[in-house]
Amino acid sequence: MAFNYDEYLRTEKIPTLWCWGCGDGVILKTFIRAIDKLGWKKDDVCVVSGIGCSGRFSSYVDFNTVHTTHGRTVAYATGIKLANPDKHVVCVAGDGDALAIGGNHTIHGCRRNIDITLIVVQNFIYGLTNSQTSPTTPRGFWTVSQKAGNIDPSFNACKLAEAAGASFVARETVNEPRKLEKVLIKAMEHKGFSFVEVVSNCHINMGRKNKMANAMATLDWIDSITLPKKKHDALSEEEKLNYLPTGILKEDNEAEEYCEMYEEIKKVHQGKRGKITQDDFKKKL
Amino acid sequence: MSNTREVISSGNELAALAAVDAGCRFFGGYPITPSSEIMHTISDLLPKRGGVAIQMEDEIAGICSAIGASMSGVRALTATSGPGISLKAENLGLAQMAEVPLVVINVMRGGPSTGLPTRVSQGDVSQAKNPSHGDYKSITLCAGNITECYTETVRAFNLADRFMQPVIVLMDETIGHMHAKAAIPTQEEVEAGIVTRKTFDGPAEEYKPYGVAQDEPAVLNPMFQGYRYHFTGLHHDEMGFPTEEIETCRKLIDRLFRKVDEHVDELESNEEYMLEDADILLIGYGSASLAIKEAIHRLREEGIKAGLFRPITMWPSPEKRMYELGQKFDKVLSVELNQGQYLEEIQRAMGRKDIEKLTKTNGRPFSPQDIIDKVKEL
Repeated sequence: MAFNYDEYLRTEKIPTLWCWGCGDGVILKTFIRAIDKLGWKKDDVCVVSGIGCSGRFSSYVDFNTVHTTHGRTVAYATGIKLANPDKHVVCVAGDGDALAIGGNHTIHGCRRNIDITLIVVQNFIYGLTNSQTSPTTPRGFWTVSQKAGNIDPSFNACKLAEAAGASFVARETVNEPRKLEKVLIKAMEHKGFSFVEVVSNCHINMGRKNKMANAMATLDWIDSITLPKKKHDALSEEEKLNYLPTGILKEDNEAEEYCEMYEEIKKVHQGKRGKITQDDFKKKL
Repeated sequence: MSNTREVISSGNELAALAAVDAGCRFFGGYPITPSSEIMHTISDLLPKRGGVAIQMEDEIAGICSAIGASMSGVRALTATSGPGISLKAENLGLAQMAEVPLVVINVMRGGPSTGLPTRVSQGDVSQAKNPSHGDYKSITLCAGNITECYTETVRAFNLADRFMQPVIVLMDETIGHMHAKAAIPTQEEVEAGIVTRKTFDGPAEEYKPYGVAQDEPAVLNPMFQGYRYHFTGLHHDEMGFPTEEIETCRKLIDRLFRKVDEHVDELESNEEYMLEDADILLIGYGSASLAIKEAIHRLREEGIKAGLFRPITMWPSPEKRMYELGQKFDKVLSVELNQGQYLEEIQRAMGRKDIEKLTKTNGRPFSPQDIIDKVKEL
């Protein structure tokens, strides 16, 4: 029997405002299947999104949903999660949202290792606002704000998340929805901050101006710049720079989760234990 | 206040105590002088009572985390000073638009910009009226002494949940850092007066969080309890979903105004001090009122009868009462630690331009003598 997406969708809001063939639709369906497999109750899930095409994600899914200001998803989610540590909080943000205007919240969410999943819809461009340079736009690409060609170096979002302290980091592409589904399930099950970069296609506002004028051309390009982690690991350091590794890039199940540590703070103030010291942590610094 | 307790404390510490006594269970903030003691105090008090206080990565994250917690149904606070309000402004706008209750304390210091971090000012009164872009109606209270740092913070939480929007409590460096004896209501008294958010308990399919009467706030049920709806800063329909439908957009902004405008009687709070027999009307608020009261006593010893009108709810302003007083008093003097921000509102409310002003923006408080000298010039 075909999977019934309607169970999780606000069907009266469909069709979405996303362009035909946009990777956001793949991510939406994959996310729904992942939630279904996890068996999470809709009432127990909060989806928080920011501004941009991906910002509309939250309005289409039948959970507790929050459409925040530009870049602030993780900050809002931190309040929701800390006030409701037994509930599931998932953020969906674009590359501009999570890595430019909201970069500070992203790295500090990773650093705290709070049990939130951040899905970054990474399409290399500001799509909704018509093709401005994003922190992940490759150099040499045309954007409406750099018509001579982009000279800004791009972020490697997963490396950033890993360095900032996220305990689960993964990258997948919309070309591989089955793999993406498995990664999302693992990410959402993970206790701690899970960061999932989903490389997606914006053939309308990125591809069209960069010789990839349809969804297939952009998806082929995504295929050409991504490699499974194992294959990527085998490349020379110089070759590695031209590809983004996919799969689970970091999984640390030992790192202390923030909400759990805050429970220890409560115990201290309620006289149930002594003060927290360095000995409470596996890593001292 | 029938039941009180005596404490020796500071304005900042009392504001923190008031928040937790009023049922606040989440604080998100960022260090900033002269408000930091609120965070220092509440980070001990909240976990003790099962709540959470978190120091976020910046001022923006401080308010966002507090709004997030409040969206989920928890009373939440953020505290800062002027520069922090500037940074929080956009998200104050989201809380106005999505009708999320929140208390925001601003312990004012000298501005603009970094200004005078450890010195007093009342320079954020205009900002408090419209901190964010767009059209909406702010509610702003102003504590005039350390007792009111407690009582106005409690009132702010109740008003936030009644009107479903942020409420700003203005304090300033002088009263934030002032240590003194204060008689504050008992915790039981505060708990007995708590106004809880309205909720809908009918069938979920009939729930319309923003589908309310045109003079009423949204009815936002707590998250995770079977009523799944949508929060957004976009114009939205009865269910909270984005829309650009002309009539819906008009009605939404109209309602954000009317829910406050048509219930100002629930908001107004003023003090009238030695006004009955006065010849000269002084208008002042916040810590400036402490110097004004002392000046009034000394002036009266010299036979000059001055009295004070002190707005405690600053926005919406007590415009009717100010109009009446403007008709009654010939000589009116506005006293504030800025270049005349509230003076403009007094002029508007009174319909008069001939209001005298005494202002100060060098980071120092008024001394009673400043005021006495000015009154004698009138």
